[in-house]
Amino acid sequence: MQEHVQLTQKQINEDLLTSVLGTPRWWWPALGFFVLVFLIGMSAFGYMLNQGVGVTGLNRPVFWGAFMVNFVFFIGISHAGIMISAILRLTQAEWRRPITRAAEVLTVFSLMSALMAAPLVHVGRPWRADLWVFPYDFARGVWINIRSPFVWDPSAVMTYLTASTLFVLIALIPDLAIIRDRSTGLKRKLYAGMALGFRGTPRQWKLQTIAGILLSALVLPVFVSVHSIVSWDFAVQIGPEAWHSTIFAPYFIIGAIHSGVSAVATLMVVMVWAWGWNKYITPDHLDAIARLLIIVATAWFFFFFLEWVFALYTLEPAEMAMRKLQVFESPWSWLFVVFLFTAYFIPVPMWLFRGVRRSLFWMFVTTILVNVGMWLERFLIIVPGLMRRSEFIFDWGSYHPSIIELAMVAMTFAWVGMGMLVFTKVFPLIPLFDIKEGMVGRDEIRIGRRIVPASIRE
Amino acid sequence: MADAKWGMVIDVDKCTGCQACVVACQSENNVPINTEDIFNQRRAIEWIRVERYWEGEFPDVKARFIPVLCQHCDDAPCEPVCPVFATYHNNEGMNVQIYNRCIGTRFCANNCPYHVRYFNFWEPEWPDTLTHQLNPDVTVRSRGIMEKCTFCVQRIRRTSREADRDGREIEDGARELSPACVNSCPTSALVWGDFNNKNSKVSNLAEKEMSHNGSHHGRGYKMMENLGTSPNVIYLKKIDKHAKETVAHE
Repeated sequence: MQEHVQLTQKQINEDLLTSVLGTPRWWWPALGFFVLVFLIGMSAFGYMLNQGVGVTGLNRPVFWGAFMVNFVFFIGISHAGIMISAILRLTQAEWRRPITRAAEVLTVFSLMSALMAAPLVHVGRPWRADLWVFPYDFARGVWINIRSPFVWDPSAVMTYLTASTLFVLIALIPDLAIIRDRSTGLKRKLYAGMALGFRGTPRQWKLQTIAGILLSALVLPVFVSVHSIVSWDFAVQIGPEAWHSTIFAPYFIIGAIHSGVSAVATLMVVMVWAWGWNKYITPDHLDAIARLLIIVATAWFFFFFLEWVFALYTLEPAEMAMRKLQVFESPWSWLFVVFLFTAYFIPVPMWLFRGVRRSLFWMFVTTILVNVGMWLERFLIIVPGLMRRSEFIFDWGSYHPSIIELAMVAMTFAWVGMGMLVFTKVFPLIPLFDIKEGMVGRDEIRIGRRIVPASIRE
Repeated sequence: MADAKWGMVIDVDKCTGCQACVVACQSENNVPINTEDIFNQRRAIEWIRVERYWEGEFPDVKARFIPVLCQHCDDAPCEPVCPVFATYHNNEGMNVQIYNRCIGTRFCANNCPYHVRYFNFWEPEWPDTLTHQLNPDVTVRSRGIMEKCTFCVQRIRRTSREADRDGREIEDGARELSPACVNSCPTSALVWGDFNNKNSKVSNLAEKEMSHNGSHHGRGYKMMENLGTSPNVIYLKKIDKHAKETVAHE
């Protein structure tokens, strides 16, 4: 299905190092925008530290709001990395080559954003949250409670962050060596240090390949563990309605892959638009990822449907009241409609058309829509669940995020943008060696009367 | 005192909804003042609150009151979810909150089916005239942490300490021992004591009003028993000839 564009190694080097060796005109304004949004969010955070959590829209009983939504959302986005670089690597999908690093870097920065959203700005006393995220103070008997899902969370996220960072670093080594050879002065020394003396000897290549494959295999449990644990933040609770459900773990995982892979597709389009890498990210690649997305989205929709079936099957008054709230009461009802259409009913039928799958613009629009929908999905699970339509009608609550809160939400998005931009200035976003490897391994085979592109493997 | 199991019996039939317990609790426990603004923000802190429900259609409307406080559940849902052990069960059957440990994840408050955990969204403030009114035995909680009913643990501690010193026994239902809400209730709707003491008032009420071996004769029930939290607060339901029996969960 992939057409052959044979590129020389020299051309690959020139094309893909443009982001590192040169600075496009839009780069500084774009970075400035993200830094500005980030600083506004940080100021909002400072204001909240000074005044108290009261500056958010949170109240009793809606104790969790946009911050928690953001936490779940960014962990969801981070599933892109493991899907693309571990699953697609182990299944030897050729089209993964240009996007592995972008997906992993997106993972690293969105995990940081998740940590920024949940322990940092979410808690009442962030200056003490380190005791929980990095439990170290055993000498004074300050133990953590390992029964709490909030203790499982940091360990899962940190494991994932460590694995993803290692992935990025190992895959960077050969490319860093190339940059080292093309730079001078202090820059050369820095890259030389980071390249760990890589000279391209067969032994070094072998070790680098083995490390990559080993990491892909070792990181597989994380594929199911991280978002399961995030879902257990909700599923272990008996207080709020509609959370105490056994389907939450698989439902959250597949939702995470849906939003993560969509985010990678968005990123692919942005990479072509920003640096003109259309020889590396071709309509074939978009076509492949859109086909994957159709399957993932439909699997997710199936779990979403099942979650509703399980919920309605109980006929518990509180559960039914919460479901009624989600679907029939404004503003949740129209948010629900927006969520359904953006997360499934608009993008998936569109991806069925070849023209949409191969169009940069339409892939950008549809995948952005998916992530709008998936953010709303988490919002619609967390907030109506906490509005407590239980027997205590005295305690029925509602929630709308405050401006201060939204500034901090924007901050987490800006962090990802900022991180990605700075990364592209320091490191190449498309792995050079991986593309070259793909070029070398290209072949054509004859199946019946057709000549089909193929790749040679050992 | 170590093997006590403190608990409460609330006779809903006797409750007039006068809110004396709420005020007594606020002043005993240094609970911040709930201004109109705070109420409108839905961030009021009331360790015990009197919920008022209207029953029937106009003109046959009846007001129903139910005081709700921390149920000090034996299997409290708030305890396992706290990442830092800020809330735990002590050996006197009470669910206690350690303010110094709390970092304010609000996980416990979400998981409480009774909604009796309160978060300090703001730094608590008292007018100058009331600063000398604060109870020196009770910590003033800062912003960013959870708080909840303690069964006035400071009164239990002081009384048992003084009783030990003087070498006397504490009698059941002593005013110096009972929580402020119990002492202030004009109709004695709230009864408090030790469930492990077979002769205490609460034990007798529990014996009389709760079901035993499947037969249910009394008025006693525990709130949301179906959740399996085993609360240490027993409610006695209202006596109403015209009330219809409704079964919520079976």
